[in-house]
Amino acid sequence: MQANNTREPLLKKPGVQTLLASLICILLGLLVGYIALLIINPSGATEAIVGVIKNFWAYSKPEKQLKNFGCTLVTTAPLLMCSLSVLFAYKVGLFNIGAAGQYVAGAGASLYFALTLHMPWYVCLLAAMLAGALLGAISGFLKAYRNVNEVISCIMLNWISLYLVNTLLAPAKNPTGKDTFTVASQNASALLPTLGLDNLLNQKNVTIAIPLAILVCVAIWVLLNKTVQGYAFRATGLNKNAAKYAGMQDKNNIIVSMAIAGALAGLGAAMLYLSDFEQWAVTQASVPAMGFNGIAAAFLGGLNPIGAIFSSYFIQHITRGGANVDMNMYCAQISDLISSVIIYMCSFVLYMKLFMNKRLDERAQHKKGGNA
Amino acid sequence: MLLLLQYTLIFTSVLMLVALGGCFSEHSGVINIGLEGIMVFGALGGALVMKYMPADTAPLVMICITVLAAMLTGILYSLLLAVAAINFNADQTLVGTAMNLLGTAAATVIVKAINTSADSSNPSSEIMYVGPKKSFIIAEGTEFSWFMLLALALLILSYIVLYKTKFGLRLMACGEHPQAADSVGINVYRMRYAGVMISGLLGGLGGLVYITAGVSAWKFENGVAGFGFLALAVMIFGSWKPQRIALAALLFGLFRSLSNVYTGFDFLKNLNLPSTVYNMLPYIISLVVLAFFSKNSAAPKAEGIPYDKGSR
Repeated sequence: MQANNTREPLLKKPGVQTLLASLICILLGLLVGYIALLIINPSGATEAIVGVIKNFWAYSKPEKQLKNFGCTLVTTAPLLMCSLSVLFAYKVGLFNIGAAGQYVAGAGASLYFALTLHMPWYVCLLAAMLAGALLGAISGFLKAYRNVNEVISCIMLNWISLYLVNTLLAPAKNPTGKDTFTVASQNASALLPTLGLDNLLNQKNVTIAIPLAILVCVAIWVLLNKTVQGYAFRATGLNKNAAKYAGMQDKNNIIVSMAIAGALAGLGAAMLYLSDFEQWAVTQASVPAMGFNGIAAAFLGGLNPIGAIFSSYFIQHITRGGANVDMNMYCAQISDLISSVIIYMCSFVLYMKLFMNKRLDERAQHKKGGNA
Repeated sequence: MLLLLQYTLIFTSVLMLVALGGCFSEHSGVINIGLEGIMVFGALGGALVMKYMPADTAPLVMICITVLAAMLTGILYSLLLAVAAINFNADQTLVGTAMNLLGTAAATVIVKAINTSADSSNPSSEIMYVGPKKSFIIAEGTEFSWFMLLALALLILSYIVLYKTKFGLRLMACGEHPQAADSVGINVYRMRYAGVMISGLLGGLGGLVYITAGVSAWKFENGVAGFGFLALAVMIFGSWKPQRIALAALLFGLFRSLSNVYTGFDFLKNLNLPSTVYNMLPYIISLVVLAFFSKNSAAPKAEGIPYDKGSR
């Protein structure tokens, strides 16, 4: 009987709870999306939501399937970097809503070095990381030494960097549209190497960005969980005063961790723009959603670097799947609706876990009482 | 010059309304990052009313119904924040971010659904309201609208409510020290609901004013282009006080309109600055001000912390 009582139920494990909570969020998000489709036009709703979930499987030809899978992966890499940026800062007790701005800074720096200065890809990548890190470090500095809430300073910096980058990239604009020139047309040496991945997935924008993103992800996991510095970061996040009392440099930790978070988001932008998948529209009036979606991916992945890989992929999977809906009835933004509902639901995760634990405790109590 | 004045006043009205909304929410203890999303929904409510009202409606009726619709949709949307933050102790920054993304996404889906069902070859997210918009204008041919007077009235009302009524003082107590407020019999949860809903009301109205500023159609894909965040900056710059928020809104509104009309001034044109500089300036100013004055910040002490009856 004693042995029975000490065995933990599976549901009690934090990992299982996180996974379960994330799945509940996803299901609720899809449900809201489905209801929206039903309201708009009931006749094609089921087909549309299946198209969103299937994404590339919706195509019959294998080469088209591969191509769309490749496209999804291309957009997954930057999102994964942004979500790492958010979760890394969160572990140090900071809410990095500035991932969006750091992403913008990275995009600006990488494209400026590629299109105007004609540098090779590794220089552009570094420049993007430095630009993001600088922006992050400013927020970190203001938080550590000037008592400015990082959420507020990040929001200001998001917009400052958007307008700065628009000005910086204006000379590199292609006169025929509102976007910058493609990297391939101006400076092919700045394109990320593909190492044959493009042929493998039948999509020319697939580059080393994807394996690189996974590597960075593992590196961040190791840094956070297996190193002294990572321990200090997490300790600062859990209790700033206790960390300071234990002799950790709390102010330094805040600045360095924001700089790392910024570098990650900047790197993410370089991964997208140096693969020529997209160009920068120099007249855009709002901060790209990638950084904000990074917040979604980070929380959906249970604030775990490995979980972030799956959540980032999932979000891009349904975003790309949005293109499959019948445009005569619905619009592709239905995917945005689904993913934003998922983020909203993620804010209830803590409560869900609390609820699960309470129920489990009650049940255990009940059992004990019955046996005695 | 007249053009600059018009734009400054209209942008000031928008920023002031939304920032006052944020002020009520934060004084009750709930951080409202989701103002941007609330604005989009308020704008959507107003725009839909303008679209479906008969064209020969009397201007006064038109104004009243549109304003009420915008306020109501704003309040309804703000309930998303209230429920999550007050009843479920959710992370308020996360909820706000989700609301901003959801606002634009949902509004786009709704408007596109309406447009495509009317004409399947028209998948745009635009609503036109050329006729109804005329009823908001005081003097034909200008942009001086009744909204400016309404914003002024609401500013005065906000000041009185916040500082001169029992309700306002109790609201602020909940944002400073909710446990103390609770100990004297104030229902903290109810007060916070009130704060968030007032922010929904003012934010929704601000959204409506924004989409009627200088244009007669709005593409909902674009959201409100960061005005909710700018209003947040106005609120902080105005150190959470209505009278200072009004001045901050005036300053930020001036810069914002300069970016639109600076080419009309010879000396500004000769400076040869790109228009992005004027867009950037309000944010830079607020960041610098924050850096110097945040040591003794006027922010409500308990904002962002979910209220837990059991904690001390």
